[in-house]
Amino acid sequence: MRTYLLRRVLATVPVMLVVTVFVFALLRIAPGDPAATIAGDNATSEDIARVRTALGLDQPLLTQLGIWAASLAAGDLGTSIYSRLPVTHLIGQRLEPTLMLTLTTLIVAVGVAVPLGVLAAWKAGTWIDRAVMVFAVLGFSLPVFWLGFLFIWGFSIKLHWLPVQGFVSIGDGIVPFLEHLVLPSLTLGMVYMALIARITRASVLEVLSQDYIRTAHSKGLGDQTVLWHHALKNASVPIVTIIGIGIALLIGGVVVTESVFAIPGLGRLTVDAILHRDYPVIQGIILVFSSVYVLVNLLVDLSYTFLDPRIRY
Amino acid sequence: MLSADTRAGEIALPSRSRSRVRRVLRRHPTMAAGGALLLLMVLAGALAPILGTSDPLDIRPSERLRAPSGEHWFGTDMLGRDVYSRTLYGSRISLAVGVSVALVSTSVGLLIGVVSGYNRAVDSVVMRVMDGIMAIPAILLAIALMALSKASVGSVIAALVLPEIPRVVRLVRGLVLTIRENVYIEAANALGAGFFRIVLRHILPNTLTPLIVQATYICASAVIYEAYLSFLGAGTPPEIPSWGNIMAEGRIYIQLGFWILLFPGICLGLTVLGINLVGDGLRDTLDPRLAKRV
Repeated sequence: MRTYLLRRVLATVPVMLVVTVFVFALLRIAPGDPAATIAGDNATSEDIARVRTALGLDQPLLTQLGIWAASLAAGDLGTSIYSRLPVTHLIGQRLEPTLMLTLTTLIVAVGVAVPLGVLAAWKAGTWIDRAVMVFAVLGFSLPVFWLGFLFIWGFSIKLHWLPVQGFVSIGDGIVPFLEHLVLPSLTLGMVYMALIARITRASVLEVLSQDYIRTAHSKGLGDQTVLWHHALKNASVPIVTIIGIGIALLIGGVVVTESVFAIPGLGRLTVDAILHRDYPVIQGIILVFSSVYVLVNLLVDLSYTFLDPRIRY
Repeated sequence: MLSADTRAGEIALPSRSRSRVRRVLRRHPTMAAGGALLLLMVLAGALAPILGTSDPLDIRPSERLRAPSGEHWFGTDMLGRDVYSRTLYGSRISLAVGVSVALVSTSVGLLIGVVSGYNRAVDSVVMRVMDGIMAIPAILLAIALMALSKASVGSVIAALVLPEIPRVVRLVRGLVLTIRENVYIEAANALGAGFFRIVLRHILPNTLTPLIVQATYICASAVIYEAYLSFLGAGTPPEIPSWGNIMAEGRIYIQLGFWILLFPGICLGLTVLGINLVGDGLRDTLDPRLAKRV
């Protein structure tokens, strides 16, 4: 077990190395002169030279890689070209809204999708099952931002139930904090819910055909006990896996959702960075998000042994 | 149905395969519905100049922000352009991006996957690189690529292809690893068949089915991602009426002209729904083993 743990943790190192080198290489292998692209259309040759020096693009390639790796190891993600602030500072500033949005979405999505999936599997073939599957397919097919605007138009503009846009820190009151997060979480969570509901239904359905479920029933256990204690528990490994993999969807959706609801988080920072072609910031954000993704999936892998004692390493 | 069957007996292959298609569609009504939706969208895009009521770029300031009516079915936008005509033309961009991304990423992924599945030394390097690319959320990778290139439909396609490649490579590599263990590959080897013959005659045909299914899902997500990129201001150049661009422009007018956002979104949703339904149907008909894996 301990060797597996160690090996699994160490396996994240090459992945993160590739991510780092890849992000580094992106700027260098891009067609054309990245310094000119970043400097913008109206840049003079001095502007372009300034950007090139600022990014260290005038150094030899290996030196650049060395500098980039050394500063990363020291926790330095570089300096924004636009605001001239350290990228770590900019990311730190925007962390709270994104973290809160992701957490509430995770809770809402898992809380809704898992029971829906279990219900669909239990009532397989009925209209309830079909309705859940239709929802799951629709959730995959609708663009996140469109759904967000639909919600804003309906719940905020027409019904006046919820605030239109913005973010309120949890320190400024729990009610306004939650009010501002209801629509963004629902918007962001839709694809995720669709994904989880689909996998939950499939894996519970498979477990329900097992012999031990028939045994549980014949022991005289109630439907509810069998469903939640026996079926869901045994179906949990694929469900947790998809929750981990789905984090990538969530991260992508955050960028779009924050843009729709004017939430000043990492997503907004990304969009602003695109507009200003602020490449150090984009690099930093990619590194942070990729690390989160790798970390979450590491935790998911490690959770298997707790979820299913049959899995031993 | 009797007449169809007797006819199938009279005439040779074409109509027999037609009746097989019909049987598949009857057994999978959702796939038929998806195919119909998709066909509708393809026709809308192809016949846009005929179906459109006006030039999608025609600016009429006197008719700005008109609600949907008999004259302007989907209303007009902030410059008085006809949203219905713009939406029709938009389907061209979305479908072109979706199909191109699916084709290019599966072709490149197939190539890398086959080589990787065959050569252990290449495999260990390639798979580490693929793991790394997969750890970067697709939309962020696409954004970073777009931030570094000039905005054009071609760059959008390239930016969306790269994040999809690792998924295809993984799929193909896994398939190749299992296929090459089969006895018929051993037999072909023993008969002196070369690498290319084995790959072309024995391996490729067996990877085709899962690859086609995967291509439909890639196509569906590329259509959505094109809209995301345009919406974020990192996609198709704003003067081209893609669905993402129309909606991006309409976002500010959500209170005054909700229809600018509504209709392109519905069309996009229906298109992606159509592709997904066809994909699910293909998966269930072509490979029953895959159906169990959701």
